[in-house]
Amino acid sequence: MSVQPRRAAETAPAPDTVRLGGVGFGYAETPDVLRDVNLILPAGSFHFLTGPSGAGKSTLLKLLTLAERPVAGSLELFGEDAGSAPRSALPAFRRRMGVVFQDFRLLDHLTAFDNAALPLRLSGAKLDSYSADVEEMLDWVGLGSKLDARPPALSGGEKQRLAIARAVVTGPELIVADEPTGSVDAVMGERLLKLFQTLNKLGTTILIASHDESLAERSGATLLRLENGRVTGGAA
Amino acid sequence: MIPGLTGRRAPILPRDAGGEPWLAAVIAVLCFLACLSAVGALAADRAAHGWARQLRAEATVQVRPRVGETGAEAAARAAETLAGVDGVEEAQAMDRKTAEALLRPWIGDAVLPDLPLPFLVTVRLDRDAPASPVSLSRALASAGVDATVDDHSLWRREVERSAGLITVLAAAAFLLTAGAAGAAVAYATRAGMAAQGALIETLSLNGASDGRIAGLFQMRYGLLAAGAGAAGALAAMLVTAFVRFLGGAEGVTPALPVTWSDALILSPCPLLAATVALVAARFAALARLKGRG
Repeated sequence: MSVQPRRAAETAPAPDTVRLGGVGFGYAETPDVLRDVNLILPAGSFHFLTGPSGAGKSTLLKLLTLAERPVAGSLELFGEDAGSAPRSALPAFRRRMGVVFQDFRLLDHLTAFDNAALPLRLSGAKLDSYSADVEEMLDWVGLGSKLDARPPALSGGEKQRLAIARAVVTGPELIVADEPTGSVDAVMGERLLKLFQTLNKLGTTILIASHDESLAERSGATLLRLENGRVTGGAA
Repeated sequence: MIPGLTGRRAPILPRDAGGEPWLAAVIAVLCFLACLSAVGALAADRAAHGWARQLRAEATVQVRPRVGETGAEAAARAAETLAGVDGVEEAQAMDRKTAEALLRPWIGDAVLPDLPLPFLVTVRLDRDAPASPVSLSRALASAGVDATVDDHSLWRREVERSAGLITVLAAAAFLLTAGAAGAAVAYATRAGMAAQGALIETLSLNGASDGRIAGLFQMRYGLLAAGAGAAGALAAMLVTAFVRFLGGAEGVTPALPVTWSDALILSPCPLLAATVALVAARFAALARLKGRG
């Protein structure tokens, strides 16, 4: 795999990739989705986040991807304050992470190739500079023969693999994935898990939210549990 | 070879991101109207300048005969005097027949023979260095002719004022239409962004800055406006050319003397339309993105 995390070449000790201190968040109708969440994801760590439905796993991931901001506490990403960073600073944080959404968030009018290449295209990279990497990544997730297919023509599992390819294609420092193996069969689930493990070995920090605790156990990752708005386990 | 790479990459924004065919039609109509306003302003300005120039090159002298002298004799003497003044090309006493012909459309034949008419001299002045009313009056006084010189300045000022007003109104109509086009684009941008909320969020979460996202909408609507502006301008050019063809050099009406070059002046319309759309879409998109928090 030619995709390399940017951090792999660094020699100085890297700051924690994620630091949440006393974070609280809620919506108007449910004000206490997250309460006093303390969480540290050291650089190069691999964590699984589990918990019952409605526990706030997706909300926590939204905070980490800066789709939402905490209403209380502090949020640091890559050693920098991201919780109160101005809107103009958010793209720089997001370019250092890859996100796999539970609902995939693929663009139906683009081909599988263009969907996977989207973060690279948005960063201003030239087609020639990334086409081989994108093709290789899609081949690796089993979509090598469907480069020109559009998402409506793909199965649920194929969409999920495409979403994962898009998240990892830039070689991000942090990968945040919401149920990334939820729509694929067991064999592909293992294959995708191996992809995450490989990226983690290369230095990428990984956080996967999943109901599947057995997958978490097989991965050898640290297990975090979110319940009643609080995180337990890990290095919090 | 990757099949998807053989052709152009699909645009990041889907086609018809927000009622675009209708927006294109609205912009084309607005550009058509703006172009007609511009042509109208140009033609009105040209007509007014033509009339003013014509009035500047003429003067009328009313002669009062001395005791023992007929009106025709006094007018002939005044014409002879004025013909020798610098800046006068020609001075001609107006005979009664010509004066009656001028009045007939307003007064009719019935009373015209009994009507006492003033004795007039029409003076054609040098267009480049016309004689002033003062020099004409002095020449007449020196020759002992009792006369009043009218250089048409009052009428000329009225014509110029009216022409200025028409030009300002036409320019205002042009600016208002351009503003309406901008507002339509801003509205369409907002509607398009509202319809593409999920896509915008996906782009944001994949590292796109607000400027990059606004740029996508900006480019989309700028190109659309350029195309619609070209269609509107082309239609206006055809109308202008048809009017010129129908009316000849004098125009369909003397108030709107259209020329062939008027049609060419409309050629920057697509560029202007695109510029208005680019600015409107950028501001609307950035405002909406900021509003998303």
